[in-house]
Amino acid sequence: MTDNFYGEVLTDHNLHPLHKHDLPTATCCHEGINSTCGDDIVLNLEIKDGIIVNGSFTGSGCAISQASADIMLELVIGRTPEEARHYKELFFKMIGGEITEDELEELEEAGALQNVAKMPARVKCALLGWRTMETLLDGEGGAQ
Amino acid sequence: MSNSFTKSDFPVFDAYKSLVYLDNSATQQKPAAVLERVEKYYREENANPLRGLYDLSVKATETYENAREAVRRFLGAESTKEIVFTRNATESLNLIAYSWGRANIKAGDEILVAISEHHSDLLPWQILTKETGAELKYLECDETGRYTADSLKAALTDRTKLFCIAQISNVFGRLNPIKVFADICHANGTLIVCDGAQSVPHTAVDVKSLGVDFLVFSGHKMLAPMGIGGLYGRKELLEKMPPFLYGGEMIDTVTRCGATYAELPHKFEAGTVNAGGAAGLHAAIDYITELGFDEIERRENELTALAFSEMKKIPHVNIIGADDADDHHGILTFTVDGVHPHDIAAIFDAENIAIRAGHHCAQPLHQFLQTPSTARMSLAFYNDEEDIQRFIGVLRTLRRKMGYDG
Ligand SMILES: Cc1ncc(COP(=O)(O)O)c(C=O)c1O
Repeated sequence: MTDNFYGEVLTDHNLHPLHKHDLPTATCCHEGINSTCGDDIVLNLEIKDGIIVNGSFTGSGCAISQASADIMLELVIGRTPEEARHYKELFFKMIGGEITEDELEELEEAGALQNVAKMPARVKCALLGWRTMETLLDGEGGAQ
Repeated sequence: MSNSFTKSDFPVFDAYKSLVYLDNSATQQKPAAVLERVEKYYREENANPLRGLYDLSVKATETYENAREAVRRFLGAESTKEIVFTRNATESLNLIAYSWGRANIKAGDEILVAISEHHSDLLPWQILTKETGAELKYLECDETGRYTADSLKAALTDRTKLFCIAQISNVFGRLNPIKVFADICHANGTLIVCDGAQSVPHTAVDVKSLGVDFLVFSGHKMLAPMGIGGLYGRKELLEKMPPFLYGGEMIDTVTRCGATYAELPHKFEAGTVNAGGAAGLHAAIDYITELGFDEIERRENELTALAFSEMKKIPHVNIIGADDADDHHGILTFTVDGVHPHDIAAIFDAENIAIRAGHHCAQPLHQFLQTPSTARMSLAFYNDEEDIQRFIGVLRTLRRKMGYDG
């Protein structure tokens, strides 16, 4: 058995996030909060010519919320907002426990969060970054 | 069936064999004696108490009023008129704020609340002061959770009408010197509300010797069912207070344009009461009394000391509050460097160990301590050494499980 409680992918993204930093070039940002847990992140995206060319997050929260946001950014940077929305749909499906094998494959590292589907108390943590991105793309980011 | 005063009295541990339950400050498990008493009430004694003129209703009334007498004795009140049944500590505090508060607090008055109070002993005062134009002030503690007589004296003014403080904080576990504080308040013409939610289950509480004006508690934190709790209030105060809720059971006579209210304590118990819950609370008090607080405290202090000393040995584990196990009364709130409290709780949960994580309904305190959230283990007399060893075993491996080297 591994000594990593949540698995290496998740703890790695939590301890050594790739995208947790400020983003002066961001074209839009949005704050997402889980009031029950106190998870609090700000998501920044730089959208140019219909492509998410860069993204980052700042803030604090539990390992699941932090790793999930980091993995999400890894997936959506370099994609169109439409593709980002598609990943969001898949991720929600996975957390809802209704994802197919092929779809899971598409989610790449985000698949490491599949077990959260079995932890009802933590679902909100896993979805925080994704919900924040959705709100951002529906609002400010959608126009860009 | 006689009680053993160990886990074997508690059916939940049969149903959930590997459970280590260390969230007793949130709610306690229920012994069979309490469960059976509630069932017996509904099987053999149930009718609407205080209403019917037939035998069964008289029986239900007796059960309910006997429970009140048991609470009176348990808390050392002079009269059963001073014991009001409510749903829980929160409702009791709201009763004081709505009834006593709206009759006595006016613009310019001050209410002083300890910074470590549970939201239940804070929000009613926040709303009351906002509505009346009074001022809400906070009494701050040091980082170990200690409140001193001097700081209380300094915080009281000639406008302070009320001081609200828990006898035992649900974050620090420290026992506050309520008697000393009550004397200081009374010398200043200030009333004192004591939140006994965490003290009444763990230590002998005597409202007369404490000298408090009001004291509140929740049955579910002391072996009893959820939905029954109480308020002690000094008779002179309760008598002058208007009702809290209006409806059946709390009146003498009602006419088209008015009503006269029932005597204490029924004035404060509108609608059909929780007689089954009261029967369960009575059984819980009998259980606690039979075991005795000397034994309860001996066991809980021993387990607290064991957990405390083992936790101190683990690097990166920080206990909130006093540096002496005796000041924790079964409540050990902690953080682990680099690990979010929700991850701490999830790791314990995976090992069937129930602890709490979050702000424990004390957000102003966490802001004051500058930690957004913490983890908390809280024990009861029915926990044993093995529970503590399992808790410590998981705590030792926690940082490694989160990907740290040690
Ligand atoms: C100190 C304190 N006061 C009040 C409460 C509120 O108790 P209840 O939710 O039973 O009303 C609690 C329980 O969490 C508590 O610990």
